[in-house]
Amino acid sequence: MPIHKKEIISQLQRDILPLQGFKQPAGTPTRIGLGAVEEAFPNGCFPTGAIHEFIGTQPEHAAVSAGFMAGILASLMKSGGVCVWVSSSRALFPPGLKTFGANPEQVIFIDLQKEKDLLWAMEEALKCEGLAAVVGEIQDLGFTASRRLQLAVEHSRVTGFLLRFGQRKPTANACVARWRITTLPSVQEDGLPGVGFPRWNVELLKIRNGKAGSWQVQWSAGGFQVIQEEKETIWLNASSQYGSAI
Amino acid sequence: MAKRFLSIWFRHLTTDWFTMRQPNLGTQPFVLAALSHGRKVITAANALAQQQGVSPYMAVADARALLPGLQVMDDVPGLPLQLLHTLGGRCVLYTPITAIDPPDGLMLDITGCAHLWGGEQPYLTELVTRLTNKGYHISTSIADTVGAAWATARFGQPGAVLPPGAHLQALLSMPPAALRLPAATCLRLQKLGLLNIGSFIGMPRNVLRRRFGEELLLRLNQALGIVEEAITPLQQVEAYHERLPCLEPILTRTGIEIALQRLLEAICIRLQKEGKGIRQAIFKAHRLDGCVEQITIGTNRATHNIQHLFKLFDIHIASIEPAAGIELFILDAPQVEEVPTLQESLWGSTPGLQQQALSDLLDRIGGKFGADKIYRYLPNEHHWPERSIKQATSLGDKADATWQSAIPRPVQLMHQPEPIEVTAPIPDYPPMLFRHKGQLHKISKADGPERIEREWWLEEGPHRDYYHVEDTNGQRYWLFRSGHYTGNKPHQWFIHGYFA
Repeated sequence: MPIHKKEIISQLQRDILPLQGFKQPAGTPTRIGLGAVEEAFPNGCFPTGAIHEFIGTQPEHAAVSAGFMAGILASLMKSGGVCVWVSSSRALFPPGLKTFGANPEQVIFIDLQKEKDLLWAMEEALKCEGLAAVVGEIQDLGFTASRRLQLAVEHSRVTGFLLRFGQRKPTANACVARWRITTLPSVQEDGLPGVGFPRWNVELLKIRNGKAGSWQVQWSAGGFQVIQEEKETIWLNASSQYGSAI
Repeated sequence: MAKRFLSIWFRHLTTDWFTMRQPNLGTQPFVLAALSHGRKVITAANALAQQQGVSPYMAVADARALLPGLQVMDDVPGLPLQLLHTLGGRCVLYTPITAIDPPDGLMLDITGCAHLWGGEQPYLTELVTRLTNKGYHISTSIADTVGAAWATARFGQPGAVLPPGAHLQALLSMPPAALRLPAATCLRLQKLGLLNIGSFIGMPRNVLRRRFGEELLLRLNQALGIVEEAITPLQQVEAYHERLPCLEPILTRTGIEIALQRLLEAICIRLQKEGKGIRQAIFKAHRLDGCVEQITIGTNRATHNIQHLFKLFDIHIASIEPAAGIELFILDAPQVEEVPTLQESLWGSTPGLQQQALSDLLDRIGGKFGADKIYRYLPNEHHWPERSIKQATSLGDKADATWQSAIPRPVQLMHQPEPIEVTAPIPDYPPMLFRHKGQLHKISKADGPERIEREWWLEEGPHRDYYHVEDTNGQRYWLFRSGHYTGNKPHQWFIHGYFA
């Protein structure tokens, strides 16, 4: 009875998660429309009230990650919630968020110079209940600082995003998830000329209580579409490659 | 309440100041002099010099003949006014309304202030002691009107406190100059034998007007209180103003916090009753040495929440230096607004720009780093990318245009377009490859051109032809060609942004 077995296993997994210290967010889980990607998350729903980290090395990666994140932000901000964006050298162009469904009017930008101030502002914002999300462009994040941020969100249930670019080697920290988004050439149907829909290689390098993985995702028709043509899903062992911090 | 005024006359304002800075000058006659029409003329003389017949407007040469050992110092232009401003600022301890009375006096509106010191006589004594200890020779008086106080300080008994209604009697025996009249009018009155005010006060008004002009009548009426005379305060007193004098000078942070808490309570209870809230507040600490330390805070939404306002001030309390001690705390609210009375919802407020938690957060961040670090953008009806967004002025600002989404816009836009090297077929095909920061990108797909013109009524310059391109790695860029192809001008192509 494979179906019966599957039910038992998923029930057991659900029972184990609270024992491991994972708290089920109250209320209905937020659907972000990531389809197959969401199966990698604990309990099969996107972890809100946690810190997600996006890493990359080139400015192009920053733009791609911002675009992918804007897609997630759109569903978090759907009910009119506000996002606070803390950064030191902001290049984000607000009208670009509109492409991914996020309303730029609901984003408040805070531009600060010092790393210390950035962390202070980000922590204050993360403590503020009622915000939909907080985004921080922070280069250097020590383990202690990341713990502070993670503790702040565990109280307020605000979702935090960290954009860290230009770093060669990612260091260990207390973030719940680590993503790396890279570009893929777009595919035009029927060989039409012009640029197609944005397509990304989404790598979930680390996810606490979940399964890391990698997918091809396209943004079209106002939502994420996981490309199904290539069935092979590569399961990465995050702990062996990047050293899980927790 | 009947008005009461205190006039202070500094007999030797500038010379006293010089003596304070160089104490050895106190024992010898000295004068201040300035050049006028090629000769040195005395502008001020100290008490010792005046006793020996030296007076202002005398030439220095004449004075030297009179007193061979006379010290002559250079006068500082504008010094009296500067001193009066400083002294007036310090008198804020005694009353909020202090005005300068050039050339050498101060006028304080002490209505309703003296009882805090136990009556007008102790109040005056305290003030006189303070200024005398500093080293100023002063003459003061308290009366019902500005004119009477001025006259009594200069021509009456020094230190007099005229009881209410007694100013008419006091004025009668004074010379006409006590009415602050021009020298020419005084001279004419003297020539006619009208040596004191009592000798002409009873004359018919039309006769006085015909002979001496409107000014005499005006000054007379002002001194008698028939015509109201307003003084211009040095510091505008805010409608929402609270003060807390301290018995002992405050030196510690705890003390400052208690004072702030009390002032906030006083002002917030008042604001709450009137349905108003603070948008801007200034907390001032007057120190014993006369300096004023102050903290200014601003809020995004009008509020009368004591804890929240206290937190905003708390960030900056460390910047107050008590030095020898703080003797007076003042809290001003120059900007107040109506607070919309909202019904508190039981199950958490709706998330959005109007929620209280958000404006509290922005107040804290703005209070620490400055409100100019916080931005929010609204669409602007321009196609030119740099002008397509504008800053929102407040959280409640609504967009008066819609976000353009027909043609995709990049997620990241450079502050300045950066020049790139491009290989592109003419006339208006997208580039085949471009080099940016030493890296070669081969373009595999492209959309465009999208021509965006500069608005000629705003600025002049070439238009831009934008291309949305994708290189072989799938990375997407926003490139443009500036203007038309003209000859062999280098750097016509620029990169302006990154698409996701």
